Amino acid sequence: MTKNQVNQHMMALNGDEAIAYAAKQSDVDVVAAYPITPQTIIVEKFSEYVANGEVQTEFICTESEHSAMAACIAASATGARTFTASASAGLALMHEMLFVCSGCRTPVVMAVANRALSAPLNIHGDQSDSMAQRDSGWIQIYVENSQEAYDSILQAFRIAEDTGVLLPIMVGLDGFTLSHSLENVKTLDDEVVKEFVKVRQLPEVLTHEGKMAPFRLDPANPMTMGPVAFPNYYFEFKRQQDEAMHNALDLIQKINDEYSKLTGRSYGNGLIERYQLDDAEVAVVCVGSTSGTLKTIVDELRHEGHKVGLLRLRTFRPLPVEALRSALENVKAIAVMDKSMSFGGNGGAVYHEVRHALYDAKSHPQVINYIYGLGGRDHSPHELRRIYEDLLRLLKTGTVEKHLNYLGLRE
Amino acid sequence: MTSTNQEWKFTTKDIAEKPDLFLSGHRACAGCGPASVLRLIMKATRGPTIVTEATGCMEVVSSIYPYTSWALPWLHTAFETAAANASGIEAALKVMRKKGKVKDEHVDVIALAGDGGTYDIGLQALSGAVERGHDFLFVLYDNEGYMNTGIQRSGGTPKGAATTTTPAGTVIPGKLEAKKPITEIMMAHEMPYVATASAYYWRDLLTKVRKGLEAEGPAFLHVFAPCPRGWRTDPAKTMEYAKLAVESCVFPVWEAVNGKRQLSVPSKLIALAPKKKKTVGEYLKGQGRYRHLFTPQNQKLLDEMQRTTDERWEQLLKKCEPV
Repeated sequence: MTKNQVNQHMMALNGDEAIAYAAKQSDVDVVAAYPITPQTIIVEKFSEYVANGEVQTEFICTESEHSAMAACIAASATGARTFTASASAGLALMHEMLFVCSGCRTPVVMAVANRALSAPLNIHGDQSDSMAQRDSGWIQIYVENSQEAYDSILQAFRIAEDTGVLLPIMVGLDGFTLSHSLENVKTLDDEVVKEFVKVRQLPEVLTHEGKMAPFRLDPANPMTMGPVAFPNYYFEFKRQQDEAMHNALDLIQKINDEYSKLTGRSYGNGLIERYQLDDAEVAVVCVGSTSGTLKTIVDELRHEGHKVGLLRLRTFRPLPVEALRSALENVKAIAVMDKSMSFGGNGGAVYHEVRHALYDAKSHPQVINYIYGLGGRDHSPHELRRIYEDLLRLLKTGTVEKHLNYLGLRE
Repeated sequence: MTSTNQEWKFTTKDIAEKPDLFLSGHRACAGCGPASVLRLIMKATRGPTIVTEATGCMEVVSSIYPYTSWALPWLHTAFETAAANASGIEAALKVMRKKGKVKDEHVDVIALAGDGGTYDIGLQALSGAVERGHDFLFVLYDNEGYMNTGIQRSGGTPKGAATTTTPAGTVIPGKLEAKKPITEIMMAHEMPYVATASAYYWRDLLTKVRKGLEAEGPAFLHVFAPCPRGWRTDPAKTMEYAKLAVESCVFPVWEAVNGKRQLSVPSKLIALAPKKKKTVGEYLKGQGRYRHLFTPQNQKLLDEMQRTTDERWEQLLKKCEPV
């Protein structure tokens, strides 16, 4: 701990509990949520805080995730700091409202305990749910462990509510792998969190009465929110959302730096985390908790003399195209891991986007895809090591056997 | 949860003097029943108010960016979300008031939805919000169909009516199913205030809006609002049909305070003097959506509609306090 860093307290928390604790410390005004595995611990824990008077929060136990998101949007539009959590089918049910949320510029923070989508029904972890929402206008951060889940929720309020961004944000943590696994998590004092997350600030906007007023539903300053926009205006609304995403790219890095000074913890530059990448000839790109296992494998292979590395993509939306390109352009062979499918898309979403980011790289590295872990399918260190071995073989032969590979699948 | 029993006496002067909160310039059709209803409803607000509205005719005609007809804060998110939005607004106001983040004053919350956003796609959210006991007034403006998308059937479309998804064909004479008894469903929620009103009886409507706002907890107001486009009626006769529906007991007006139901004056007069009751045929006549019923082969349908209307009226009388 350096001189300027704050006191921290070690707590034994699983990922869900870490998130509930962070939301509690962030002095959330409204939580509207509906239970779903593996997110349920978050709402259960938060309900305990409410029942014991530990938070000043209105908790709305809605009758569906659709209504949960609708209530969140409305609460946020009223000016409240708003939080929710969901997963899988629940997130899918919210789909319509996720677009409304980003379009209304209501900065709701949501934890997503990533889980497979039906059918067949499966409660276990993969990233199909939030990957399917990648174009819903939400910022997406995926965490590696419970510590990062805690830290990222605190950061999420700062990012989402920033008046230059004003976009909703989802923090994804792998279902069960993180949501239900107990870890040592360093937490901050309530006062420190309070100072870091601050009170939600509202931008001043021009109302139809020609006055400048805080952007919220306020009888003193009436404004019409969620209007109809026809072809003559709709496009500009959407362009502004994309501009806000661009602003988030800088802000996420800034908040990561600020948090690092406060706690000593940072996650790469906030967008991507480079692990042994500087001189790497081959590398894996991964999103989420599997990155932890991959780091061990990188260490192993480095010890054996192989120039291998890892890039953990932390922020998937906005996609850090430049950061990805500069981090990977000198790598010769890259395996991108996808914990979800894009059926008929010839590879997963992360694969598509990493390849897109590398299109302008002069070096033109080979990029292959590994689909893994669907429906909670285990991926052992032994199997993960084989990805690097495949890459090293590819490096030697120069030929790609298969672009699309499935890890641990019976065929 | 309690409800007020205070009788409000709105006068034409009250209405004339109170500035409009639902402003002119909106793009509703000529003779639009719901537009008149909304304007009247906003005349009955009692102080700071936030409105949230489901997707539908009234939402679309009133909020075309960069214009608005809403002189008070207004939020639209989706078709099925009016009640869920009201939950979020009410919860946010409650906690922010406690924390000193907003002015320490009571703010009324009104959710507006058409019959599609109430009977059908919005029913789950409505039921949930009422069960949770949020303090808000839900106003259903019922024009008996999905008029915004071009006159399709809804759960609120009456039996026999022709819509674009229940056309009067050579084999099927319009909608075969009865109108869903939405107010009975809301009554079953044992909520503090449930009422029906018609666009024609403006004083009754305004009084019920005010009482709904004053009720502590959820209130539900079902307003009958004819749609000339969807009903194929003369735009000049909107209020006439709104009156005939009550006079024929097709749409009786009543209110229930804490579950105690009583007829409101226009329907009470018919209960006291049954001879004043008009026939269903008198109400249906002139409505293009029922034109096909006035043929010899469909006479039995007309007779059946009269019979079911009479039966429902008798059932209602039994549910009401004695007049």
